[in-house]
Amino acid sequence: MSVLELDAVVGGYGDTQILHGVSMKVDPGEIVVIIGPNGAGKSTAMKAVFGLLNLSSGKVSLDGEDITNMPPEQVVRHGVCYVPQTSNIFPSLTVEENLEMGAFVREDDFQPRLRELYEVFPPLAEKRRQTAGTLSGGQRQMVAMAKAMMLEPKILLLDEPTAGLSPKYRGEIFSIVKTVNATGTPILMVEQNAKQALKIANRGYVLVDGKNKFEGSGQSLLDDPEVAEMFLGGGAAA
Amino acid sequence: MIEFLNFYLIPGLVLGSIYALGAIGITLTFSILRFANFAHGETMLLGVYITWSLVQFSGLHPLIVLPVAAMLTVLAVLFIDRAFYKPFRTSPTIMVVIASFGMMLMIRSVVQFIWGVQLKGMTQGIQRPMVFFDSLRISPKHVMIISATIVLMLAVHYLLSRTKIGKAMRAMSDSPELAKLTGIDTEKVVRMTWIVGGTLATAAGVFLAIDTHIDTNMGFKMLLPMFAAAILGGIGRPFGAVAGGLIIGVVEEISSYPWIGTEPLLNPGYKAGVAFAIMIAMLLWRPSGLFKGKVF
Repeated sequence: MSVLELDAVVGGYGDTQILHGVSMKVDPGEIVVIIGPNGAGKSTAMKAVFGLLNLSSGKVSLDGEDITNMPPEQVVRHGVCYVPQTSNIFPSLTVEENLEMGAFVREDDFQPRLRELYEVFPPLAEKRRQTAGTLSGGQRQMVAMAKAMMLEPKILLLDEPTAGLSPKYRGEIFSIVKTVNATGTPILMVEQNAKQALKIANRGYVLVDGKNKFEGSGQSLLDDPEVAEMFLGGGAAA
Repeated sequence: MIEFLNFYLIPGLVLGSIYALGAIGITLTFSILRFANFAHGETMLLGVYITWSLVQFSGLHPLIVLPVAAMLTVLAVLFIDRAFYKPFRTSPTIMVVIASFGMMLMIRSVVQFIWGVQLKGMTQGIQRPMVFFDSLRISPKHVMIISATIVLMLAVHYLLSRTKIGKAMRAMSDSPELAKLTGIDTEKVVRMTWIVGGTLATAAGVFLAIDTHIDTNMGFKMLLPMFAAAILGGIGRPFGAVAGGLIIGVVEEISSYPWIGTEPLLNPGYKAGVAFAIMIAMLLWRPSGLFKGKVF
C-alpha cells in the first residue's frame, strides 16, 4: 500500500482553482519529485496533502486512511511533516530549541532522536546553542529538515529545499535528502533544480497547469526527450 | 543629589517596574496573538479590584492574596478570550483590536458598576521610609515592589527559556503559521499567553495601588505608558519591554526634576506626555524598538 496517495485532487485558494485533478502516490522508502513550470501547482499539490488548501473534490490518503481536508495540526499528528520553502525555522530560537519544537507533539523522551539527528546533521550539533536566525541558508535548511524529522514522520514533504542556495549547498542538501531517505523515511519533494532532483529520485511527476503531464522513474523522465526539452533545459543526455 | 535619588530616581524605578510588568503582557499578546490589546489596562484594573475585595474579606496583606486574585483575573481573561477574541482568530487583525477596545470599555463599566467609582486605598496608614546614611530614604513598599518585580521577571525568564510551553510561546511569536505546521498546540500557547499577561497585569496593578491608591481610571492611565514601553523595547521582546518600562518610568519622573534653575524642568502634570513622546519618537525613527522587535 502507498504511504501517501492523492487521487484526482481538485482545489485552490478561495475561488481560484489551481489543481485540476492531480493524482500521485508515494510508496514506502521512495523519493518522489514533483517538477514542472512556475505556476503549475507543484507547491499547491503539496499543500493539499497538508490541509492548507480547500479541496473541492478528490481524496488524500495516508497509509490508506482518508486525511482529505484534515487541518494541518492534525495531519502532523498523523505523521506527515512538511518543510515549507520559506520561513521554515523559528529564527529567534536556538538550533536545539527549534528541534525541540519539532518534537512538540511527542509525549515520550525525544532526546535519543535528537542525538540521532545530530549525527545525520553534524553542523547542527556544533551550532546547537546558536540562534537559528544567524545561520547560513544551507544550515537553516538543515535545521528545518531536522526539525521536521524529530517526529520520525511516516513521510516528509519538502517544498523546494534547495531554492536560493549556492550550488555547493544544493549538492549537500540533496545528499542529506538521500541520507534521510536511507533511514527509511519516504520523501515527496518539489524541486526547481529538476535534473539534480530526478537523479536522486525513484520516481517523478511533471505537473502542468494543475494536471499530471508525465510520470515515471527518475531516470526515464531524465531520458524522455519531451520532458528534457520542456523542463530540463534541453538535451536529454545530462 | 540625594533629593534626586529619593524623590525622582527611586520613584521612577518603582513606576518603571510597574510599567515593565504590564508591558510584558502587551508585548506577548502583540507578538503571539498579533494584536494590540487595548483591554490590558483594564485587566490590571480588574485584578486590582479583585485583590481589594479579597483583602477586605480576609484581612490579609495584598501580596498574600495576590496569587488568588491573579488566578481569578486570569479566569476572567480566559473567558473573555474564548467569548470575544477567539471568534476573530482568523479575521483581519483590526477586528480583534476593536473587540479589545470594546472590552476595555465594558470591563471598566463592570468594575465601576460593582465596586463604585470612589477612590479606595489598598493599604491603610502611612509607612515610615527606611533611612540609610542619614539621608537616603527608601520606603519599605518600594523595596517590596521592586523585589517582587524582580522575582516575577525571573519567573518569566525561566518560563520562556526553560519550559516547553515557554519555548512554544517564543516559536509562535516568531511565526504562528510555522507553529501550526509544526504541530504546536497554538490554542494552548494562547492560553498560556493570557495566563502570563493576566498574572503580571494583576501584580502591576496591585503594586501601583499599594504605591498610590485605587480608582477606576488607573488601568486606562497605565495603557499608554505600557504600550510605549513595549514599543520602546521592541514588540515580542519581553525583556525589551522590561527595559522600556524602566526607561519610561525613570524618564517620566526625572522630567520634572529642576535640572535648570529651581523650577521643575517639566510640569509634573505633563508626565504622561513623556511616554507618548517617546513612543512617537520610536515609531518614527526606530519602529523595531531597542531590541529589534517585530514591525507590523
